[in-house]
Amino acid sequence: MSDSPLLELRGLSVRFHTPEGVVDAVRGIDLAVGPGEILGLVGESGSGKSATCLAVMDLLGPRGETTGELRFRGRPIGADAAALRGRGIGMIFQEPRASLDPVFTIGHQLREVLALHRPDLTARAAAEEAGSLLHRVGLPAPERQLRAYPHEISGGMAQRVAIALALAAQPRLLLADEPTTALDVTVQAQVLELLLRLRDETGLAIVLVTHDLGIVARYADRVSVMRAGQVVEHAPVQALFARPAHAYTRQLLDALPRTTDRTARTESAPTPPLLRVVGLTRHFVHRRRLFRRATPPLHAVDDVSFDIAAGETLALVGESGCGKSTTALMVAGLLGRTAGRIEFAGRDLPAGTPAQRRALRRELQIVLQDPGEALDPRLSCGAQVVEPLLIHRTGGNRQQRRDTVRTTLRSVGLDDWVIDRRPHEISGGQRQRVALARALVLQPRMLVLDEPTSALDVSIQAQVIDLLSRLQRERSLAYLFISHDLRLVLRIAHRVAVVYLGRIVELAEPARLFATPRHPYTQALLSAVPEPDPAQRGRRRILLPGEPPNPTGIGAGCRFRQRCALAQPICAQIDPALAPAPDDAGHQVACHVAQGIA
Amino acid sequence: MDATYVILRKCLRALLTLWIVVSLTFVVLRSAGDPAITILGTDATPATIAEFHHQWGLDRPLPVQYVVYFANILHGDFGASFLDGRPALTVVAERIPRTLQLSGLGLLLMLSIGIPAGVAAALNRGRALDRVIVAGAVMGHSVPSFFLAILLILLFSVRWRLLPSGGAVAAHTIIMPAITIAAGGTGVIARFTRAAMLDALRQPFVRAVQARGLGWSRVVRTHVMPNAAIPTVTMIGFLLGGLVAGAVITETVFAWPGIGWLIVTSVARRDLAVVQCIVLLVASTMVLANLTVDLLYVWLDPRMRAPAPEDA
Repeated sequence: MSDSPLLELRGLSVRFHTPEGVVDAVRGIDLAVGPGEILGLVGESGSGKSATCLAVMDLLGPRGETTGELRFRGRPIGADAAALRGRGIGMIFQEPRASLDPVFTIGHQLREVLALHRPDLTARAAAEEAGSLLHRVGLPAPERQLRAYPHEISGGMAQRVAIALALAAQPRLLLADEPTTALDVTVQAQVLELLLRLRDETGLAIVLVTHDLGIVARYADRVSVMRAGQVVEHAPVQALFARPAHAYTRQLLDALPRTTDRTARTESAPTPPLLRVVGLTRHFVHRRRLFRRATPPLHAVDDVSFDIAAGETLALVGESGCGKSTTALMVAGLLGRTAGRIEFAGRDLPAGTPAQRRALRRELQIVLQDPGEALDPRLSCGAQVVEPLLIHRTGGNRQQRRDTVRTTLRSVGLDDWVIDRRPHEISGGQRQRVALARALVLQPRMLVLDEPTSALDVSIQAQVIDLLSRLQRERSLAYLFISHDLRLVLRIAHRVAVVYLGRIVELAEPARLFATPRHPYTQALLSAVPEPDPAQRGRRRILLPGEPPNPTGIGAGCRFRQRCALAQPICAQIDPALAPAPDDAGHQVACHVAQGIA
Repeated sequence: MDATYVILRKCLRALLTLWIVVSLTFVVLRSAGDPAITILGTDATPATIAEFHHQWGLDRPLPVQYVVYFANILHGDFGASFLDGRPALTVVAERIPRTLQLSGLGLLLMLSIGIPAGVAAALNRGRALDRVIVAGAVMGHSVPSFFLAILLILLFSVRWRLLPSGGAVAAHTIIMPAITIAAGGTGVIARFTRAAMLDALRQPFVRAVQARGLGWSRVVRTHVMPNAAIPTVTMIGFLLGGLVAGAVITETVFAWPGIGWLIVTSVARRDLAVVQCIVLLVASTMVLANLTVDLLYVWLDPRMRAPAPEDA
């Protein structure tokens, strides 16, 4: 970095004056970003990353107070911060669709920014420029997109539009605040590659705010690690991963599951299956209405079969909309199915009388993604954990129930003090432990875990995963583990099923799956996961074109063929079935090419 | 779902509502006392009553009356007033301009005070101005209109002798009735606008638009207000429909010769055709207001025009 820094922060502090008191979000940090540089700003939630960006933009709101020295291109940013917005420094946000005004077309919003920052353009030139901006961020059919409203485009497209809106003002620096956190991993790869390309083409400097060390390893030049409002470590990216200096950085790195991790558990479970799912299918049909053509049904889950033994974890992995959560809800008995059979401990679900059904429920519990929403905010944690005992009229007398709640909470690593706390008084990780205790209090034989850690920070996530593994060993629990995170799945699963558009396309033990992925979708998915290792930057990447199509009215043939680089004529005619690979009976894949048929 | 389909469905629904309202009034009015006794007096002989019934077709079975009544409406014939035999539509139509004047001015007051007050309160949330506006708005919609009317008369007509207490004799006589009719709606609109503005201000795109370089006042004008307009317009639509109905009390207190006053006197006299004509008129304005709001809504909010792509 020979040039003088583009953005320089010295002793920046941010405090918020809230009704509950003063919160020091950022405490005296120094940062510098050079021209054309990508600075990774890493930290867990509440570490002050976003507050730092908003302070630079002077967008903290009336409650925020900034002190310290901020310089942009050598000149102090003071009262003129607002004048730098857009033109000097652009910013994109985590929720791409929410950062667009829902009532105006994308073209309108682009023309608005162009009119503001480039008043020399005529109306016609501005309209052309809007189209070419969309083209630059890689949106197909820009003319059509200009007339679209934000709700009509996908999240990945919305983030591209937000980038185009930032580029319209021709900034020198882009603050990207968790730009891909809300996106699927294949779409995340597309957006990050786009940012990298823009940097290379135009010399745009980027501050990439993220909680994901994998993203930093792949895309950043230098890294600043933040914790509790302070920068604990600054380093070039290679040095940071090779020789993390600060204990916190080491802790973050250790908490990360890696796809190259060879310590993954591979011991298979020989016991007969506890849960057997055969041909599970769920279609959603739009209600037919007067004057309206019936739309074809949405195939959320289509002919999915798997089984899970006691003490085994089967992970369902896939991107949003692939049907993994729908499957979880059906297995947990919370959603009806269109077709298929679910057998638990040799009995059909739902079975016989309501009493029998309830007895089965006791043995099969579900834990949901967001414990903040899955817990009742008005009940104490103790009351929530005891509730299943009351519903199932079990657990003995009051005193015995109280003891059961205590021991269950202790088994998930919580002390007695949480019993009287309400969910909002404890941390996110503790809330998920309470939710877990609530599921465990009935001593079930199986848990359905629907993205149980995706609302949590990396270090907390690692703790919860360790807890789940320990509980599984102690109680011989079976897990159906739903996740979008391939790295995470490696850590906990015995077998992994990759789901695409309502179908299992590949099923294997994690070591086999990650070492020799057979299905082109799995290959692309794995390639899209940013490895927390800068040395892997040069690795060949498969960028999938587009996003998963809408699962309505799926025709014949393989569902992945439109995005598949290997597609053959047969793929358009025959839907491949899940079958053992020709050279490895333990590795199932639904692909004509992988099966050697095409 | 395309726009024509939405509009067509809403129109059909509006017609259905009107039909239900007309039918209900028909049944209620026929079972709420014999107009012959009210018109002819309690000492009328059975013969004169029977003759009255025959003259107006009241001796026929109710279903037949209903069908005849409906068929006539479809031909534009709303029946005749029992009092002087003039067509009910003419009797009502004479009074419409007066009510339009009053509710039009009332609406103007509501919008021109309520919306700016709500916007100002939201932009100054938590400060003194906000508190004053919210307090005023609560007062506006919690004071019953008859009470406000009497209060105004006592102050401006009786004590200070500035304004006439009733009638429609000069231009300035409309002031007090208009204030009375607007007070409640102004308060409701102010509070609703405030809430809608606060909601729009909380949206992440507000910060994003600022980050693109737009100044605060421009962000408020071109992004926050259009978003806040969507719920506010709905609210105003409901008030609009209620304006004509709300005129009943105000017009009666201030002796304002509009249809509100007419319906009170006509009900007392069991002047069925006139009452029915007014009910139909009021219901139509309600339905029309709602229909307009629905269409405005579709126009204001692109998300209403087509369902969002399925995220599931």
